[in-house]
Amino acid sequence: MKNYRLKSIVLMAIFLLQAGVCHAAGLDMFKGVKPQVLRISGGTAHIPVMKEAAKRIMKFNPDIQIIIAGGGSGTGIRQVGEGLVDIGNSGRRPTKREIKKYGLKMYKWAMDGVAAITNPQNKIRALSTKQLQNIFSGKIVNWNQVGGDDNPIDVYTRDESSGTRAVFWKKALKKSDITTRANVVVSNGAMKTAIRNDPFGIGYVSVGFIDKNVTAIALDGVKPDMNSVKNGQYKVARGLYSNTKGVAKGLAKKLIDYLMSPEGQKLVFHKGFIPVR
Amino acid sequence: MFFYMKPNYKSNWPNGSYKEKIIKFIFLTSSILSASIVVFILGFMIILAFPVFINGLFFDMLSMPWSPDHGMFGILPMIAGTFCIAGLAVIISLPISLGCSCFIFLVNPGKSGKFLKKIVEAMTAVPTVIYGFTGIFLLVPLIRNLFHKGSGMCILSAAIMLGLLITPTMILFFIQSFSLVPENYLNAVDALGGNISQKFFYIVIPNSWKGMITGLILSFGRALGDTLISLMISGNSTAFPDSVMDSARTLTAHIALVIAADFDSIEFKTIFLSGICLYLMTATGVILARVSVKGKIFNNGHD
Repeated sequence: MKNYRLKSIVLMAIFLLQAGVCHAAGLDMFKGVKPQVLRISGGTAHIPVMKEAAKRIMKFNPDIQIIIAGGGSGTGIRQVGEGLVDIGNSGRRPTKREIKKYGLKMYKWAMDGVAAITNPQNKIRALSTKQLQNIFSGKIVNWNQVGGDDNPIDVYTRDESSGTRAVFWKKALKKSDITTRANVVVSNGAMKTAIRNDPFGIGYVSVGFIDKNVTAIALDGVKPDMNSVKNGQYKVARGLYSNTKGVAKGLAKKLIDYLMSPEGQKLVFHKGFIPVR
Repeated sequence: MFFYMKPNYKSNWPNGSYKEKIIKFIFLTSSILSASIVVFILGFMIILAFPVFINGLFFDMLSMPWSPDHGMFGILPMIAGTFCIAGLAVIISLPISLGCSCFIFLVNPGKSGKFLKKIVEAMTAVPTVIYGFTGIFLLVPLIRNLFHKGSGMCILSAAIMLGLLITPTMILFFIQSFSLVPENYLNAVDALGGNISQKFFYIVIPNSWKGMITGLILSFGRALGDTLISLMISGNSTAFPDSVMDSARTLTAHIALVIAADFDSIEFKTIFLSGICLYLMTATGVILARVSVKGKIFNNGHD
């Protein structure tokens, strides 16, 4: 009896140990890293993935401290260029001038789409590019002009620093105007909250942020989701970049390597983005 | 004896004066430093906004709309938004503050008045982000459902929340200026059989209105300078506001939104001009408040 119990304990220990090893495979490189702080800022689309990765890393090695802030792609690029943070995220490719000025090195670890979203109470499910342009430029002001109920349209947009805005403006609106009457929110999260609360609102977020609280609008008949972004049918797509000043080194390199590892790419997938490997 | 003391006195005095000089020097430098920082900030903003001045954009900025995609960087809609939101906040806050301070000072200065004053004092410590948060989840949907116009993120919502923010400041200022009214005036009203409203309108307000204006101006300044509430609730649209149901952007929120732009871009330079505008607006408010305080002291001296 006693022997039996001992055996089972040993077996269980071996099993647990193995599970632990399996889990930590991608995190192994953080073993023995000296106590230090890694500062990250910029793109708000990156935050869900960054937060989960940071949580796993800090749990694995409590000596490491990772601080994540938003601010938008423009902020991320500028702050990393000025050496205020170690990694600056951007939801758009940094411009040639930015790369040259700061000596940035960019690492793309996920693909992402940007989708127009409305409140689930709104029965509109699809719009054409022309309709979308007219809504965002303020030429169409009522949902009944595009086949919805008789309600005014509340347009939401992002601030000028946003990479999500840059991509949506260029690829979905084809650089047509965004009305000055549009409400401006400062992150993907804030956009989702605003649309969830406003039954007549329309805005746009990263595809990774879409869930049952908001409706993703099919653009020219293509529904934005992971598949359509991946196979190129949904055109409003972009890469998610992490930028460092010069070639990434130290802890910043380790974090980017982790995001590129099979485990990190699985995390990217679970958060609703498209892995690059 | 005197002769003997003199060297002693002499040896002590230079030492003391030396210390005194050092202390004087330290105090002088620190006060010059803190005063000059204010001037330096203005100078710094003017220097950084200089490209805007020399490009002749200054007057364009006061007339054009804000549309960086088209090379237009007007901040007039933001100036208008700032004044609308802050002004409406003061208008909303004034009657509430007046009633509240009257209750605390005159109607029930006893237990419940004291209790209310404690609550008001505690309210001054509530961080603005709490007001902003509450506004987004409670006030904005309420305004949207009540008026059925727009998203609920509008001047009215922001002004109500800002009104709530500045009310405690205003109440405490009002009570402060009420308490400077000589007590024998109040006793005289009681002796004549006057009621509370007569006491309030004929004695308290005429004798303390200058202090009240100081409170009003400082609360207005606080409403002007607040960033977070307007950033979270007012909607931040760059259109010139037509009604209180319109979404609008304040100068402070504008700076917070544009500061993330590329450092070399013109829009980044124009935010320094926004800063100068805000600086001048707040400074005017403070100077007005100072002037009215001076008037009050003069008046009290004659009483």
